[in-house]
Amino acid sequence: MNDMNWLAIYPEILLLVMGCVVALADLWVTDEQRRPTYWLTQLTLVVVGGMHFYYYDAGVTTYAMQGMVVADSMGHLLAGFACLATLITLVYARPYAASRDMLKGELFILSLFALLGINVMLSANNFLVIYLGLELMSLSLYALVALRRDHAVSTEAAMKYFVLGALASGFLLYGLSMMYGATGSLTIPEVFDVISKGIPNKAVLVFGTVFVVAGLAFKLGAAPFHMWVPDVYQGAPTAVTLLIGGAPKLAAFAITVRLLVEGMIGLAVDWQQMLVVLSVMSLLIGNLAAIAQTNLKRMLAYSTIANMGFMVLGMTAGVVDNSTVWGANAYSAAMFYAVTYVLTTLGTFGMIILLSRQGHEAEEIKDLAGLAKRSPWFALVMTLFMFSLAGVPPTVGFYAKLAVLQALVVNGMPFYIGLAVFAVAVSLVGAFYYLRIVKVMFFDAPTDTAPLAAPADVRFVMTLNGAAVLVFGLLPGGLLDLCRHAIRQALTT
Amino acid sequence: MPYLSLAIFLPIVCGGLLLAIGRDDQKHAVRWLALVAAVASFLVTLPLIHLFDTATAAMQFVENQPWISRFNIRYHLGVDGISMWFVPLTAFITVIVVIAAWEVIDTRVNQYLGAFLILSGLMVGVFSALDGMLFYVFFEATLIPMYIIIGVWGGANRVYAAFKFFLYTLAGSLLMLIALIYLYAQSGGSFDIQTWHKLPLSGTAQTWLFFAFLAAFSVKVPMWPVHTWLPDAHVEAPTGGSVVLAAIMLKLGCYGFLRFSLPIAPDAAREWDWLIITMSLIAVVYIGLVALVQKDMKKLVAYSSIAHMGFVTLGFFIFNELGVSGGLVQMIAHGFVSGAMFLCIGVLYDRVHSREIAAYGGVVNTMPKFTAFAVFFGMANCGLPATAGFVGEWMVILGTVQYDFWLGGVAATALIFGAAYTLWMVKRVYFGDIANDDVRALTDINGREFLMLAVLAIATLYMGLYPKPFTDVMHESVTELLKHVALTKIPA
Repeated sequence: MNDMNWLAIYPEILLLVMGCVVALADLWVTDEQRRPTYWLTQLTLVVVGGMHFYYYDAGVTTYAMQGMVVADSMGHLLAGFACLATLITLVYARPYAASRDMLKGELFILSLFALLGINVMLSANNFLVIYLGLELMSLSLYALVALRRDHAVSTEAAMKYFVLGALASGFLLYGLSMMYGATGSLTIPEVFDVISKGIPNKAVLVFGTVFVVAGLAFKLGAAPFHMWVPDVYQGAPTAVTLLIGGAPKLAAFAITVRLLVEGMIGLAVDWQQMLVVLSVMSLLIGNLAAIAQTNLKRMLAYSTIANMGFMVLGMTAGVVDNSTVWGANAYSAAMFYAVTYVLTTLGTFGMIILLSRQGHEAEEIKDLAGLAKRSPWFALVMTLFMFSLAGVPPTVGFYAKLAVLQALVVNGMPFYIGLAVFAVAVSLVGAFYYLRIVKVMFFDAPTDTAPLAAPADVRFVMTLNGAAVLVFGLLPGGLLDLCRHAIRQALTT
Repeated sequence: MPYLSLAIFLPIVCGGLLLAIGRDDQKHAVRWLALVAAVASFLVTLPLIHLFDTATAAMQFVENQPWISRFNIRYHLGVDGISMWFVPLTAFITVIVVIAAWEVIDTRVNQYLGAFLILSGLMVGVFSALDGMLFYVFFEATLIPMYIIIGVWGGANRVYAAFKFFLYTLAGSLLMLIALIYLYAQSGGSFDIQTWHKLPLSGTAQTWLFFAFLAAFSVKVPMWPVHTWLPDAHVEAPTGGSVVLAAIMLKLGCYGFLRFSLPIAPDAAREWDWLIITMSLIAVVYIGLVALVQKDMKKLVAYSSIAHMGFVTLGFFIFNELGVSGGLVQMIAHGFVSGAMFLCIGVLYDRVHSREIAAYGGVVNTMPKFTAFAVFFGMANCGLPATAGFVGEWMVILGTVQYDFWLGGVAATALIFGAAYTLWMVKRVYFGDIANDDVRALTDINGREFLMLAVLAIATLYMGLYPKPFTDVMHESVTELLKHVALTKIPA
């Protein structure tokens, strides 16, 4: 545990190097379309993602950098998906950025660094490393939101994001420092050991946990720490919204697992209560507020809040009656939820990008009107995304909800069954506004009859994205097994 | 041969193909392709009737493969005497719907026909699924095509009707989802319906499960007082949508009672039978009266469907063979008769573009052939002996009298109400003098319309005169089910 073990962090090193290479190389790119930068970035993502998927089933957990980082199945799997999500994001983002004077080297470089931050978080084994990764990601994203400097709404969104994000980081850091004070260590396994041997300073520790959970809730966008989500989602250029709504959710899930589950499972009784409150509030606020929205991006932002609530709900059922037998089941359900949610949400924001043209931001729900007549194929794909978010079979969103509900009900406790019934009831509210999108696309007359103009690569990736939502819906077994395997390994070591 | 898989996936794949390749400038090719697909899907269900062994209550044509190993969900199909007839019935009605849409649907033809083919496969899946989650997936997935069918090709108020239909049904079935997961947990990780049938459950658990299932199935049937979505959906849906809704989709709920509620929670079912019987009788009597005052033909038939479904649930919850078999026969008969009634309304609507009873009168003078069919189906709807409508109602009334004489008496009033609202409508629409110029300008049915009505008329007549093939298939399974329901599952 005490050696550097460079081998285990090759993907991260490669990502860092390539981030720098892209930054340098971009100085000599004269192409308006930034093709060399784009393809170099995508190549990096493919290679790094491929490495993560390749290392996924190494079977053993290895530590590197003197125990600062850990390479396990969960980290590799989520990192692989994060690379994939960033790759898809950039495919969707390129034509959008090109028509808005945003297609600069910064877009790609900052995306790569944000991804590096995400990967650092995913493999963190130490409180400070988590914080480091978090800041790397957040600072890149703040800058990306403000990429259109002359755009007042974007700048305002960036400001809000920055202030609230910094506050959240402060919360997290404050909480972590209390944890350090109570346990005398910053390394996650050591914190775990100290807590499991008997809690030395319970008051300080629980107090610290409150701050940690609050900080995490900010990053997840769970109510009542959700205020930034709608404003930032709406204000940021859609391409950047896509980036924020995708891979960072995986990171937020991962650090929740690393901090709360791997580090503080001994305090599960305390933080589970907080998570229950967070998820119930998120489900309520997210779903109810989404109904009233006319702006598509804002509606999807509230839908994100609701979905994060659902995911967190899965994490509340890990420890029941001081028994961790349900742990792997519950956390893998939440992980499956996070992965499939990102998959679906990429497609939905990608569709918004497709709808917008030069000089026209298609962000209102009514911009989707009559899409079934304009571009039946895209309307069908979008329908799949909507039904997936609503949790209607046979789309993957249904199995995500099933997995979480199953985790709640399987322990047979009336409290959790009550939570499941509540979750189901608010999903019904959610179904209404997703259905409204389908209604607008299929039943309303189009205001604009021109078919969507989409480059071939976007068309192809969008189709794949829709197909994935359906195929994982018909055959979710493989992905479910991957998630369970990853979580089991993370829990046993 | 995996007949059931073929019956499910042949229409789904063909429907998907139509969606992918069909274009509005090749309507004719699309229609023929859909017809071939529908007929082929119907043909593959015929071996089920042929090869079905009526001497056993066991599941037949079983296919059992692992599907999602993480939750032990299996691709487990099979039919017994309770479900077998619904598979060919579904495929048969789909053929009729494709024929009925021939000239009538002129926009986005491929999407319309594709949606119906997919819907048909999904509904066959519901009837043949033996895995709880597989059942749920099919059950829920049927909402998507129906939502689109109502919303795109429906009447003026279609959006409201489509939303109401979707959200009502979803609300009910989400509670069922929790019940299914609970059963999964209780049975030690199995979604197998037959395992659940044997699973001992405490009285409280059974009660909760019973009501969770009731929430899902009563909305789907629909039973009073959660029936209000049905008239809206029927009125706004295009003719084909109404036909499928009445003929098949309502049966999904009734079927659910027999496959889930009764065998999984028999003690709760016996304890709460009075509730279902009361709700059914209210449906029969009160909804019958409501039907009487309708001005819109489709609404009238929709309410009549609710009343008929009241008969079905009544038959199920008096727990004797006449009642349960009668309910099943009624389900099949109603499939033919209500389908035909909606087709008749469609025939008139295509010509006059009104569903108001008051817009017609004396149709017999201009459409004699059509009126013969319409009157025949009207008679079948009010349960005239020698038609399919009679057999089921008669069996249920007989069974109810066995159970309790006075309840039987109340149930029998349905025949009177049924006759009253149907015949009164027939009188006002078809007989008398020609009411207005629209009616004067009517042309009689063409060969296509004649064909679809004639086929349904033959089926209705055959079932009314010789119901034995239907009851023979059901007998063993129903007896077995009743034996099972009579035993307690509460662990001692």
